[in-house]
Amino acid sequence: MSNLTTGAKMLLECLAREGVDCFFGYPGGVTLPLYDAIYDHHIRHVLVRHEENACFAAEGYARSTGKVGVCCATSGPGATNLVTGLVDAMMDSIPIVALTGQVTSKLIGSDAFQEADTFGITRSCTKHNYLVKKLEDLPQAIHEAFYIAASGRPGPVLVDIPKDVFQAQGHYTPVTSIHLPGYKVFTEGHTGQIRRAAQVMSESERPFIYAGGGIIAANAWAELRELAELADAPVVTTLMGLGGLPSNHPNFVSMPGMHGSYAANMGMTHCDVLIALGVRFDDRVTGRLAAFAPHAKVIHVDIDPAEIGKNRAADIPIVGDVKRVLGKLNQTLAELSATGLTAGASAARQAWWSQIRGWKAEHPLLPVTSDSEIKPQHLMREIDRLSAGEAIVCSDVGQHQMWAAQLIRFNGPRLWINSGGLGAMGFGVPSAIGAQFARPDKLVFALVGDGGFQMSIPELSTIASYGLPIKIVVMNNGYLGMVRQWQELFYNNRLSSVELDCFPDAEKLAGAYGFKGRTIDKPWELASALEQAVREPGPYLLNVKVSPYENVYPMVPAGGAINEMVLAPPQPVAVPK
Amino acid sequence: MLLIISLLVENKPGALMRITGLLSARAYNIESLTVARTLDPELSRMTIVVDVDSTLRQQVIKQMNKLVNVLQAVDLTESPAVRREMVLVRVRTVQETRTAVLKEAEIFSARVVDSSTEGFALEATGDPEKLDEFIDVMRSYGEIETTRSGVVAVSLEAKKLRLQPPVLTEAR
Repeated sequence: MSNLTTGAKMLLECLAREGVDCFFGYPGGVTLPLYDAIYDHHIRHVLVRHEENACFAAEGYARSTGKVGVCCATSGPGATNLVTGLVDAMMDSIPIVALTGQVTSKLIGSDAFQEADTFGITRSCTKHNYLVKKLEDLPQAIHEAFYIAASGRPGPVLVDIPKDVFQAQGHYTPVTSIHLPGYKVFTEGHTGQIRRAAQVMSESERPFIYAGGGIIAANAWAELRELAELADAPVVTTLMGLGGLPSNHPNFVSMPGMHGSYAANMGMTHCDVLIALGVRFDDRVTGRLAAFAPHAKVIHVDIDPAEIGKNRAADIPIVGDVKRVLGKLNQTLAELSATGLTAGASAARQAWWSQIRGWKAEHPLLPVTSDSEIKPQHLMREIDRLSAGEAIVCSDVGQHQMWAAQLIRFNGPRLWINSGGLGAMGFGVPSAIGAQFARPDKLVFALVGDGGFQMSIPELSTIASYGLPIKIVVMNNGYLGMVRQWQELFYNNRLSSVELDCFPDAEKLAGAYGFKGRTIDKPWELASALEQAVREPGPYLLNVKVSPYENVYPMVPAGGAINEMVLAPPQPVAVPK
Repeated sequence: MLLIISLLVENKPGALMRITGLLSARAYNIESLTVARTLDPELSRMTIVVDVDSTLRQQVIKQMNKLVNVLQAVDLTESPAVRREMVLVRVRTVQETRTAVLKEAEIFSARVVDSSTEGFALEATGDPEKLDEFIDVMRSYGEIETTRSGVVAVSLEAKKLRLQPPVLTEAR
């Protein structure tokens, strides 16, 4: 590639060097030179039906593999449509490189057709962004973007490229080094702090591990498992950390927080040492902060120094890559435990475990079933049965997301894919597209509500056109269920603008795109209908009509302490007219 | 509370926006901001005075240090540091008070940068409180117009600056 080449071709060469095999996008006026170069390039471009979904698909790709996901959009409306996806990736620390076209450099600032200040608009929704004004800066910017997106605490990076930079001709010189003097990546944890943490853990009577998305991002699941076993500690994984410890592992408790299990929240509240790994003490986990883990010494491991002490002060802060820190911590713990626990400590540990088991037995997360209607929890249990902990489940946002997180088990990481921090509806279907491209060998469910699904209907066209065997399961309760639940509980059941009383005929809708679909509403149809969907070689749309007024429990009301859970409906619920 | 933050940043387009964006996203009002090149033309030194909720003070500094273009952000509010500001004052004086104005200017070590029959333009530097007093005094002589530079500060302790070495692309 030492001959004269264009910016567009240089860009693709850079992507190839970064190991990109496919990316998701939507063309437009200023990206025409790029799309001309894609025409005969080996990197696969996946044409989605809306730019927001290009970013969500790139996230599905990144979340299911750990590789950097790439999306592409044109200037102006194309770029602004990416914004929700970028914020989503920012909130959940997902490595994304977003490429946007920009109007020709000399037109920037002139209110040209399809011009928007993409660099300014995306400043706050990216980890870093670039506006490339000269061709010679392009390769450096692209490689820096990949490096920044994937290193440290991962996140989205956007590169805005004017049309004339795509068209300009120049000699390509491969980039050999990246110099970002102010970009600080902390990897090795402080050895002294790790030793202190090990000491505190080994003396603990009621240790409790609170593991989050950082475990997944750092590929630290083996280390987490080793820690749980070495320390003989119960483990909760957050919504972002599900699969970080296999759900069938004896030390696994469940998810904590607003819709966490009784045992998880009681464990958090009563532990004496809380080992927080790759988590950010999110308000949906902690509830009222002042009442969160009140007796615990907190060991907090995170790669981002700004997370330490942000919400909860740490007694032992450790800034570093959780994989490396746990490697050292496990080693130190093993050395300490060689001497064995004292008789007193060992008895206390046994009592702690029997208390955890007691809480689990007292209020287990059970799939509710009925003879006359399909309960949402029943649906989750059936998906769990078919998945057997192995399928990729791409969830949308709302009640179904919480029931799925409670009831579907994951034997490994990168199987549970959802919009955690941002809670962006319309995430489920497009992220499943990205995941299925990344993992063609896997059974992929897009598990969505009837609200989120209707935000994603255009992507049925993408699924059909690429023949992706995604199983779309709509948990259809005819409502924006989570909002309805809050209106019922906190707004006197005044159901305002939450009823979705028109849903398309699933069989006809899927049929219109050339694949199969079906609607069911009888509990005895559920198992066989799901099996049929999975058996079908291509895509499948299964619309499951569930009981409309089911609420997610346990529930910690906003601002409440997490041990003050509402475990069941407070009183019989009046059905609205 | 008013924080004085000193930042060493890469002299690149958008660097200022990233820093001020962090503050505006949290609805913090910037009292003053100065920025200029350092000895190394690729770097700029910035001094920001900003009203920050005292509980979030550390968080703001940490978030600034996370920015790719920021080499170092330091809280100088309570650490040993020299803070200086400059003010340009145009004061209209009548013939009778000209000498008095010059006398006051001398007390504040202000320099006359322009003199006309209308009055003077004066330049003064000092800590912000001293300049407040200077402005008050000048106001007592007649109509004034002022432009303040905003605070610049320098730490009196050596702050260890850890720069990241280059990363080889092949090694990643």
